[in-house]
Order: sequence, then C-alpha cells, then structure tokens
Amino acid sequence: MSTAVVLTAEDAEAKPTRRWRSDSLDLVVTPALFLILSVLLFVVWNYSEFDQTTTKILEPAKLLRQMQEQLYVAFWSTVLVVVIAVPIGIAVTREGAPKIKDTLVSVLGLGQALPAYGLIVLFFVWLGQGATTVIIALATFALLPVLRNTIVGLEQVDKSVIEAGKGMGMTGFQRLFKIELPLSVPVIMAGIRTATVINVGMAALAFLIGGGGLGETINAGLKLNRPTAIFVGAVLVALVALAFDFIGALAQRYLRPKGV
Amino acid sequence: MSAEPLIQLEHVTKAYPGVEEPAVKDLNLEVNPGEILVLVGPSGCGKSTTLRLINRMIEPTSGRIIYEGEDVTKGDPNELRRRMGYVIQQIGLFPHRTIAENIATIPRLLKWPKDKINARVNELLEVVSMDPSIYRDRYPSELSGGQAQRVGVARALGADPDVLLMDEPFGAIDPITRDRLQNEFLRLQEELKKTIVFVTHDVDEAVKMGDRIAILRDQSEIAQLDTPEHILTDPADEFVENFLGSGAILKTLTLRRVKDIELSPLVTLKEPFQRDQAFAMMNEANTSVAVLLDSNNHPTRWIDERALNRSSGLEKAGRPISVQLQPEDTLQDALSVMLTSAAGMAVVVDARGNYLGGCTVESLAQLLIQTGSENSGS
Repeated sequence: MSTAVVLTAEDAEAKPTRRWRSDSLDLVVTPALFLILSVLLFVVWNYSEFDQTTTKILEPAKLLRQMQEQLYVAFWSTVLVVVIAVPIGIAVTREGAPKIKDTLVSVLGLGQALPAYGLIVLFFVWLGQGATTVIIALATFALLPVLRNTIVGLEQVDKSVIEAGKGMGMTGFQRLFKIELPLSVPVIMAGIRTATVINVGMAALAFLIGGGGLGETINAGLKLNRPTAIFVGAVLVALVALAFDFIGALAQRYLRPKGV
Repeated sequence: MSAEPLIQLEHVTKAYPGVEEPAVKDLNLEVNPGEILVLVGPSGCGKSTTLRLINRMIEPTSGRIIYEGEDVTKGDPNELRRRMGYVIQQIGLFPHRTIAENIATIPRLLKWPKDKINARVNELLEVVSMDPSIYRDRYPSELSGGQAQRVGVARALGADPDVLLMDEPFGAIDPITRDRLQNEFLRLQEELKKTIVFVTHDVDEAVKMGDRIAILRDQSEIAQLDTPEHILTDPADEFVENFLGSGAILKTLTLRRVKDIELSPLVTLKEPFQRDQAFAMMNEANTSVAVLLDSNNHPTRWIDERALNRSSGLEKAGRPISVQLQPEDTLQDALSVMLTSAAGMAVVVDARGNYLGGCTVESLAQLLIQTGSENSGS
C-alpha cells in the first residue's frame, strides 16, 4: 500500500529513568538518630556530677578498650557468618542440589529462637571463655538472616535471565558470578546488615564469659547502681550499632548493581 | 533444498523420569541452511522442548543431534550454544548490564579482542535499527518491550552464528509492535540469510514467518511439514485442518500478492473529456464509478454519476483516492483497502504512482473459490 506507514525504530513509550528509592530513608534517619544520641551523651558526660565510682567505671582508656573489644567481636562474628552462610546459600540453591534448604532454614530458625544469652553460655561450656567463643556463638545466632537472604536473593533472580545466559553458553560458574550473585546483592546485603546489627548489639553480652566489650560498663553500672554509667554504656552500644547499620545501608545502596 | 541440512534431529526422544509418555517421541527433523522453519502446534505439544533439544538446553534421552555435519549430542553444550543464537519470549536481558554489555555477552565469552567487540556491538545495534550513540549505555529497564526484543535479537546475533533458535520471540509484545518487529525481522533475514528455527503457537505468525512450517501434535509428532501455501491449501489431515482454523483459505491471502491476480480494467477519465462520452463508457462497462487520472497518469479521484452531473469542476467532485495498492502488496492488504475504499474496489499503481489497473472484490472472490475447489479436488 502506498499509504504512509512509516516504520520507525523508536517505540513511543520509554520508561522513566529514575525512581525514588525508599531505602534512601535510612541514609537520613540513622545519622539523625546517631547525632541525637551523641548530643545526649555529650551533655550527660559534661554536665552531670560523677562520683568517684562512676569516674572509675567511665575511665576513657577503659571505655576505648571495651569499644575495641566490642568492634572486634562484632566484626569477626559477622565475617564468620558471611563466610559460612553465603556459600551454603549458594550451594543449596544450585540446580540438582539436595532439597534441604527449607529444612536448613527451619533448623536455624529454631537456633535463633534460643536466647543469645543461652547460646553464649552453651558455647562457653563447650569452648571455654574468651572472645573467640563469643564470636562463634554470635555467628551461629546470626547465621539465619544471611543464609535466608542468600537463598531468597538467588531465587528471586528472574529465571528467564538465567535461562538466557545458559542459552548463550555461559557456564554454571559464569552464570553464578556474572548474573545471579550481582542481581542478588541487594537482598544478600540486607541479610548481612541485619546480622551485623544483631552481632554488634549481642557483643554487649561478651563480658559474661570474659570476652570484654561495653557490656562491662553497663554491668558495673547496674551492680553498683550508677545510672550515669549505665546510660553511657548503653548509648555507646547504640552508637556503635547505628554506625554499623549506616555502613550497611551505604553498602546496600552502592553495591546494588546499576540498572536494577 | 538440495543442500545438506544444517541441523538434523535423528530419532530424538526426550522422556522425563516418572512420566510415562515421553515429551518428544522419536522425532526426525531436518533444517535446511538459510530457511525459517516454524514449529507450530497447540500448547504442550513439545514444540519448545524440541527447540531446546537443538542447543541441548534439554538433553535428549536418546537419538542424535547433528549440526553442520557433526554429531553434537555429546561434547560441551556451552561451546555448542555459543555457536547458536537463542532468543526467548521473556528476552532475559541482563538488567545489571548496559545494552552494549548485553550484546557483547557471547563475543566476551569467546574472548574476542576489545575493539572488535566494540565494533560488533555498534554494528548489531545498527542492524536492529537502534542508534548506538543513544542506546549503548542504557540499561534494559529503560527500554520499551519492542526495543528490548530488538536488543534480544542483536544479542543472539552477537558472534554471528549461522543458526538462530527463537522461542515465541514476539509472543509477549502488543499486536502492533509485533507486526512491525515481524516485518523488520523478515527484512533483516533477507540480508542475513540465517538458518532459523522459530517456535510459535500462532498460525498467522507461522504463515507469515515460515519458509516451511512443521505442525506438531502431541509428543512433537510432525502432523505436516511443508510450505505455508501447501499446508493452507492442502492440510494433511483433520488435526491440521482444525488447528489452522476456519480461516485457512483467508490466510492464503497473506501469501499472495496483487501481482498474482489479473487486474481488471477500470473506466478511466482524463481531462478534458465529454460528460456524455463518460456516461457512455460507464454504461458500456456496466459500472457506476470511474477513475480520474491526472496528466501524469496518477489516479486522483473516484468519479460517480452524481459527481459527473455537478456543474462545477471535477477536481473537487467525487471522492479522493486515499490509498492505492502496489503489485507487491499482499492480497490481505488489498482486501482491507477495498473494504474501506469509497468505491468497493482498489486502484493499483506502479512504484512511480502510474495507473496499472483495478482490483475488485469479485476478482479476489474468484481466486478464493478457485483455491477452494483445487483444494477439495486434490
């Protein structure tokens, strides 16, 4: 027909390029909370009367050491969780893997139902005292969110994308590292972030079996009835947790692959 | 057809454990170089499975797959897949990779040098009529469905494979864009001359795209394998007939072109002319409309008796001829033009717009009746 049917490559609709992301919210809220708590701490530290005992409990060098211990325990337990949970998550989601992932998740769910306190004591009985025991106990406790998110993250990857990769001759490894893992980073990172926050908070219990940490200050404050010490200890724990959460939020945001 | 088939399936069977009936049973199929072979059939007939057996996305239980004369049933399936383009309905573009990176997938797997990949990506974007400078660095989420499917085809063509396997590639696209993509793809195929195995459940698409069509029934059994013309005019059995549907003969209209039918001479008028003479000519031809030609022999308006009776000039009398046919148009186009034209017929012109003749509903009907009787006669 000689009617002017012009064929153009341009399709009329094209999708909007950027969307507002709800997860940018915690990039604002977390620092705000951090700031408020810091101001509170500053005020309490400078303007309240410290008696001799309080001064002793809140000795800066001691606090610094406890903070380091807290970070040490939280950091290594998180590393341990990632090193264990992510490979397991990958392994159980492979094609032809034994169908154990649901069982695995429910068993670990039971583990998480145990109080962390109890878990730490159990591991103490088995491994003796010290930071390493705490790290292992916390890693066990925080395994579930990372494992579950790794499994969910890998399974939510669009099957047709994997199929296309396979159809083009990508090997199983190439599909895993070039398609599946990059596309599940946001979900896996969310799990790691949860585990980090759990670990930072629970590291306050490390003092129970000689693992040190800010729990010592809180404990001393409680035993000697010094509310200021309790407050300072608790706020420091919260600040560390918030800092870790913020780093997690940043990672989640900037490790998210472009275009997704 | 004398050339060696490029792909051969020999006695291929695919059975799934725990399922009594195999999904594909003892299938023999040959695909010739440069042809589009369409596999069409009802859902669940195994057409997709058959396609996926070719690049071993599904491993056959028994039988052999021969590609370029070589038995590829064993050996590295990834290496085989890199030699065949694969396009699926959901496209499956990598959302975290740019368009350029998507298209570069197979060349990268084959470890081409960087600048060769770059040049290839640009070339392929041009091939699917997308401007590289605009689209290279975009992400798939920024494309419309039609554009994404174009990129899907470009990606499959990445390493210039001889074969394209397409699994309902246009299935999830709106009818207008689909039609456009089909046309573009056919034009592309004219140049590329790839060997294409194309799966669809849509008979119209099969007729339009296929050089040959294999109509499959359960377990991928070939009910009929032939050119679209032969299948439409001479269905092998009741199953094929039912599958084609009642409109089978109408579908042959898409296969024939205006040049295939005899044009009917229309009464043509050219200025200056005598009104009485015009009436006489129309009476003689027993028609109520005539075509007004301008000095270049280009048809311009439909003139009927009422228009002739008007006292004013003929430039504004009658109705304008808005749509004309060319010999290359399909008869389906012709039918729709005739049905919408004011005169119930259509004017055929050559590429330069010169009048050639007319095309009437009667001549089309004649052709259809002929086809129908040939069909029942054989």
